[in-house]
Amino acid sequence: MEQVIANGLYLGAQYALIALGLTLIFALMNVLNFAHGQMYVLGGFITYTIYGQLGLPFVVALLASGVTLAVIGALMEKFLFRTVIRRSHREESTMLLAAATAFFFDAVILLLFGEKQRGVPKIVKGVFNDAGIIMPYDRLVVGALAIIFIAAFVLYMQYSRVGRAMRALAQDRVAAQLMGVRVDRYSMIGFAMGAMLAGVVGGLLVTITGVNSGIGGPISIKAFLMVMIGGAGVVGGAIAGGFILGMMESVGLTVLREYGDVTYLVIFAALMVFLSVRPNGLMGKPWG
Amino acid sequence: MINRRSTLKSMALGAVSTLAIAAVGISYAQAENKELKIGFVGVTSGPAAAWGTSNVRSMQTRAAWINETGGVKIGNDTYNVNIVTFDDQKDPKRAIAGMEKMAQEGVHYVVGPNVDDGAAAVRPVAEANGIIYFPYAFPKALYQKPASNAVLGMIANYQSGPAIYKYLKENKGVKKIAFVAANESDPLSQRDGGVEAAKALGLEIVAQNDTYQNDTRDFTPVLTPIVALKPDLLVLSGVAPANAPLLIRAARELGYEGLISTETAQDAKVLEEGAGEYANGFISVGGASTPEIASDTMKEFVTRYTKMFGEYNDESNTKVYALEYIIDTLKANPAAINDVAEFKKTMDTFTAPNPFLKGDAKLGYVGTTSFGQKRQLSVPMVVNEYKDGAFQTLFVGSVD
Repeated sequence: MEQVIANGLYLGAQYALIALGLTLIFALMNVLNFAHGQMYVLGGFITYTIYGQLGLPFVVALLASGVTLAVIGALMEKFLFRTVIRRSHREESTMLLAAATAFFFDAVILLLFGEKQRGVPKIVKGVFNDAGIIMPYDRLVVGALAIIFIAAFVLYMQYSRVGRAMRALAQDRVAAQLMGVRVDRYSMIGFAMGAMLAGVVGGLLVTITGVNSGIGGPISIKAFLMVMIGGAGVVGGAIAGGFILGMMESVGLTVLREYGDVTYLVIFAALMVFLSVRPNGLMGKPWG
Repeated sequence: MINRRSTLKSMALGAVSTLAIAAVGISYAQAENKELKIGFVGVTSGPAAAWGTSNVRSMQTRAAWINETGGVKIGNDTYNVNIVTFDDQKDPKRAIAGMEKMAQEGVHYVVGPNVDDGAAAVRPVAEANGIIYFPYAFPKALYQKPASNAVLGMIANYQSGPAIYKYLKENKGVKKIAFVAANESDPLSQRDGGVEAAKALGLEIVAQNDTYQNDTRDFTPVLTPIVALKPDLLVLSGVAPANAPLLIRAARELGYEGLISTETAQDAKVLEEGAGEYANGFISVGGASTPEIASDTMKEFVTRYTKMFGEYNDESNTKVYALEYIIDTLKANPAAINDVAEFKKTMDTFTAPNPFLKGDAKLGYVGTTSFGQKRQLSVPMVVNEYKDGAFQTLFVGSVD
């Protein structure tokens, strides 16, 4: 059982980090970024190229993943989403745009990086094996980094000037604008940060799970799942959703294994019941 | 009087004339050869993209090679081979659309689809439009009478599985076996076939219901309970090349010390990058891959493929065969070029030298034992063991 809990906690930490960027963009702009998984994949491939192929230090690769995706996110906000939000009166226009960017990224990634699964050398070798728990050291490092990134993100949003401005935007866009918050600027920063988080987590996890051009869609679906559990647009909700999903997956795959692949069936059924009771997820509206 | 303007004019005219003459020359040379369209309908995007991409690239490499050397002579005509491709995205509905496109383009020979449901879905379209297709899917109904248009392009798991388990039982002392499969039709049917084969050999099956979502990224929770059962052999039924290294790595990191095998083709580079030394000893099924058996033609194919696409895919060791069979069968009976009934007649007696293997190996259609008729390509059943970035031949089997 200790192993099952350890697996669940590790999965939860990585899931929470994946969901953070998605929920941030949703909170700021009311945009469901369907391309979040593709951004994760791109981050993974950048780390693969710099760390795995060019042999540069892992930290450099991780930074490059984060910076590249931040730039891509900023450009997407400025030239695509901002324009569509301004010109369209229908909310689904941004969803269609997000879906289109997801397909576009899928095609570009396949073209640039090929169809094969890619992996990089382990960042830390060896396996922790004590007290009934087996956990490779690289997972412990990645899990710890994920928790550090999550904490840093929460603190940044809570105490920095940019974070406060973004929270104000998420709470009430018009009121924030009337109070002098530059909506365009902080929307762009928020989108860039969301994309950067996707890139960083992609770069981080390429050391554990590798990356391939086809996993963007499934990653996005899992991130949506976490966000729906926790409450769309709520940072705490995304974190809670990540840990809940990780734990449910770990426990389900052990307890229900004799019944075939029913774990996700149970998770989806539970989610449907849960959402019918709490349609806003665990933590309700943006930024509480 | 010659000035700068007239010099430039003359140069431009000269260049245009040269290009025009060259273009006429090229089109004349191309016009000499007829066009032989061979289709591909399979998956070249998404998580299983590697399966179809290795098909398409094998076909394109071989076609370019044939065309570069003057085309292929079938009967009295010489043809350039043109590969017409369609990505079905592993979706049966799109596979049907792809096969309809092939029919509209007048294609009679199609490689693919890559998975069971796609191969089953295209059957009515293929039969109605006179198309012979070469799926990489295992349901026997596709190849048994009354079906007659599908030809299995590789070794099925129910053919390779028993041979592998028997070998491992006799040579490695395997007694306890566990199966894990993705929750999709191909891997699940392969698992069921594997379980039957293991039971027939008297092996103790300690796990057979464990499955995972095909898009799983972290397999530790999936494998934790299986590893605790300490099987001698862990079978990754129908595992996609993208998932194999992740499963191997997770099992080894959890302390699993037994053997790991699969009946699907894998790629050594993917295993090396994803699992490193943890993949040593991993057993899979390949084609004319290993240096011990590959001919010079096979080596040149690998070189040309690598030059064309930047990196070779070991799955192409098997997938190189389909186009070769189509062309060689048409050479044996040129009437089949627009008449698949003639192709079917030829399949019963067809034989030709196998260019990809050393020695006097032959190409020929098999499958009588499994399907009651010759509806399978005879591809060498090379059981490989991965070792430090490359495959080594464990043993070579055959199918009749």
